[in-house]
Amino acid sequence: MKLDAKIPSGPVQQKWDKHRFEMKLINPANKRKYRVIVVGSGLAGGSAAASLAELGYNVECVTYHDSPRRAHSIAAQGGINAAKNYQNDGDSVWRLFYDTVKGGDFRAREANVYRLAQVSAAIIDQCVAQGVPFAREYGGLLDNRSFGGAQVSRTFYARGQTGQQLLLGCYAALSRQIASGKVKMRNREEVLDIVVEGGRARGIVTRNLVTGKITTSAADAVVLATGGYANVFYLSTNAKACNATAVVRAWRRGAGFANPCFTQIPPTCIPVTDEHASKTTLMSESLRNDGRVWVPLKTGEKRAPGQIPESERDYYLERRYPSFGNLAPRDISSRAAKVVCDEGRGVGPTGRGVYLDFADAIKRLGKNAISAKYGNLFDMYRNISGEDPYEVPMRIYPAPHYTMGGLWVDYNLMTTVPGLYAIGEANFSDHGANRLGASALMQGLADGYFVLPYTIGDFLASAGPSKLTADAPCFAAVQKETEDRTKRLLSIGGKQSPDSFHIRLGKVMWERCGMARNRAGLEQALVEIPKIRDEFWKDLRVVGSGTELNQTLEKAGRVADFLEFAELMCLDALEREESCGGHFREEYQTSEGEAVRNDETFAHSAIWEWQEGGKRPIRHKEELEFENVHLATRSYK
Amino acid sequence: MNLTLKVWRQQGPSTPGRFETYEAKGVSEHISFLEMLDGVNERLLGEGKEPIAFEHDCREGICGTCSMVINGEPHGPVKGTTACQLHMRMFSDGNVITIEPWRARAFPIIKDLVVDRSAFDRIIQKGGFISANAGSAPDGNAVPIPKPDADAAFEAAACIGCGACVAACPNGSAMLFVGAKVSHLGHLPQGQPERDLRALGMVQQADAELFGNCTNHYECGEHCPKEIDVKVIAEMNRDFVRAAIRAEEPKQVAGSG
Ligand SMILES: Cc1cc2nc3c(=O)[nH]c(=O)nc-3n(C[C@H](O)[C@H](O)[C@H](O)COP(=O)(O)OP(=O)(O)OC[C@H]3O[C@@H](n4cnc5c(N)ncnc54)[C@H](O)[C@@H]3O)c2cc1C
Ligand code: FES
Repeated sequence: MKLDAKIPSGPVQQKWDKHRFEMKLINPANKRKYRVIVVGSGLAGGSAAASLAELGYNVECVTYHDSPRRAHSIAAQGGINAAKNYQNDGDSVWRLFYDTVKGGDFRAREANVYRLAQVSAAIIDQCVAQGVPFAREYGGLLDNRSFGGAQVSRTFYARGQTGQQLLLGCYAALSRQIASGKVKMRNREEVLDIVVEGGRARGIVTRNLVTGKITTSAADAVVLATGGYANVFYLSTNAKACNATAVVRAWRRGAGFANPCFTQIPPTCIPVTDEHASKTTLMSESLRNDGRVWVPLKTGEKRAPGQIPESERDYYLERRYPSFGNLAPRDISSRAAKVVCDEGRGVGPTGRGVYLDFADAIKRLGKNAISAKYGNLFDMYRNISGEDPYEVPMRIYPAPHYTMGGLWVDYNLMTTVPGLYAIGEANFSDHGANRLGASALMQGLADGYFVLPYTIGDFLASAGPSKLTADAPCFAAVQKETEDRTKRLLSIGGKQSPDSFHIRLGKVMWERCGMARNRAGLEQALVEIPKIRDEFWKDLRVVGSGTELNQTLEKAGRVADFLEFAELMCLDALEREESCGGHFREEYQTSEGEAVRNDETFAHSAIWEWQEGGKRPIRHKEELEFENVHLATRSYK
Repeated sequence: MNLTLKVWRQQGPSTPGRFETYEAKGVSEHISFLEMLDGVNERLLGEGKEPIAFEHDCREGICGTCSMVINGEPHGPVKGTTACQLHMRMFSDGNVITIEPWRARAFPIIKDLVVDRSAFDRIIQKGGFISANAGSAPDGNAVPIPKPDADAAFEAAACIGCGACVAACPNGSAMLFVGAKVSHLGHLPQGQPERDLRALGMVQQADAELFGNCTNHYECGEHCPKEIDVKVIAEMNRDFVRAAIRAEEPKQVAGSG
């Protein structure tokens, strides 16, 4: 596998400008000769599809949802970062770049992160022009809040529904292009494979979820904007349908998979109390702007939170990280929560929870001010937990949420398969080993509005049209494989449901490849996962047929791919013998429990190449060079 | 708690449907309504029967995917709450619960509780946007927007496009949905240039999709999980009438002098 990141030469500030100048252009009249398939209609896919169509390309956009507006991006709450420095508090492109590289624990590519920071401001402008109703001050100007891992206020937000409003803006732009005929929207279709022939991506294989029909489509380039894989843990904050199928299929077709073990488990989720829970719910991290995190000082404390006096509370984040306090980055705050719960000081019925307390903020600002900022989050909490957070502190606990790993891409966002791109959460992106809050929305929209539309043109101009149509033999072969696989899922005739396998897999992943990992546990997981997988293919039960809406069949296919992918995640976690960002190996920590990174050996991204016949995937490296942000121990003390 | 469910089962768009009765036993009050249905489906699958098809995704009340009429009310008995956010503590032992799909001419049934809501997408395509190509935008703070306007736009923009308004309306009207979009963009300076085209295009498309007329029942507002204010319908009517009149006025043609 050849890994060429294609990072432009020159100072980091000039790379993107220089690259834009050097890239080949396609004249406007010729763009309509090219067909691009975008898989996914979330912030990344929706913005890419709309922007490519605005430029004149013929776009097909595929989603398994019934409408592009339902993509999981809709659920993002807290906000989106941009280096606008509207607050005059010292923000700049450089600072956002610096914070992101440092926040990612020095495991991201500098050049990409710098570009992300550079285009961030234009994203806000674009969204405002689309009518996104961001929060405003009384003077009519845009408001900001701060988020973990930053000491400036650079987060733009629309109450607690930022993702919804951004996605609706992007959906509107997409709708306009659908109306103009430049985008052919394909709802309720699931991509089940990618067609690669002669060293280039040629198209996709999809199953129509209503009719069950499996078809192929050809294109000059394919863009995967299929989101993250946190649902490998079964319980996560992701929407129920989020899955890894498209990226796993791409991996099997030759796209390198980077850093699969980098997963994010943020601290502010509602603890699960019932074994029948089907997901976890994130409370936006923005709550940590005003909420204070604490647990009782004593173990086995039985008193209600209101009865515990100040002197018997441990505000452990403020204590351990005085300069960032409750806004310490996610990975650090989550591990700190795990530590106090492991000590027996956790709260709630399961002992797996910590308090997030708004009493001081309500006293200081008044209930109305708190409600204006977080009203919908408080309502959601009350709805789920049955408790009123204006009266008693919220209880929170970490849960899987976001995945920094993903398909490896070069500076142009192209995978190792020419013509196959990955954008948004689906790529291994700009967040290194840990993503800062409010940076995923920024990255998805940066990729879709302002990066891919340029870089894809350069590829198409040099490679020319694909010339293969969907009746070429390579398409028929992949279609047959997909049909066979679907038939196989339907015909096992066993006893266990897809969900029951998913739940078992999730438990293994949470125990062994969750917030803290170690060699023995990971080796154990690598024995357990193949066992579950074997059992899956022997004892799965799917009823109904393949020629109609069959949600059990859909689920079965997704679980099958998770079972394959989970093994890769554990392998990656095992080989990365250091602690960095969201990847915490218990063997590598200080006596105070802080992560110990190993820059000598691991200042690289690990890229996995799939191998035929169940052979162990091959691990490749992209060495990371830090010329601008100096490698340093990340400290938020 | 133990419950009796009467669930609408329908194999496909053109096959007749019927209610089937299922027992849900030992349901915990701590789970959500959809988690209760998950349990029923696991059991059905265990018995070799086809699980009940229903749509859902985020389970956080924001994606607008879940869509079912529970005991005659879209999204069930709790005001301002989607079906996925409904918790079993709202029910009690021995309850009989009927569960049906959205019923509206413009939302044909696909299977069981799953309906086709693509008509909503087609309405948005007729003007529910601001034409602003990527790259052409001025600075985000170039045009200050008074906070009350931004807030009003936000209130209307909170619509999740679930279709409960249509399911609740005796006429199957989509006017709360259309009004919400017209109001959202109409409150913003960026939305002004296309304001007339938007109102005309979206209302005409809603008619073409066979949604009914609004005759002021306001069941839509009662059942909207995001509690969108029915005043957006009045705003939309105003925009529509004004746009219709202006469309008839002769266009000003630039003089030759
Ligand atoms: C609860 C929650 C809150 C969050 N809050 C924030 C926040 O405040 N700020 C922030 O920056 N980030 C936040 N994030 C993270 C952020 O929302 C996501 O990382 C981001 O929205 C992902 O966007 P995306 O476009 O890459 O993917 P998605 O929005 O997940 O879209 C994926 C798309 O791909 C389609 N798809 C996937 N597979 C297939 C297939 N095989 N065939 C066809 N279609 C397919 C789906 O239908 C969908 O349209 C949050 C995440 C969660 C879970
Ligand atoms: S499942 Fe998303 S709103 Fe109910």
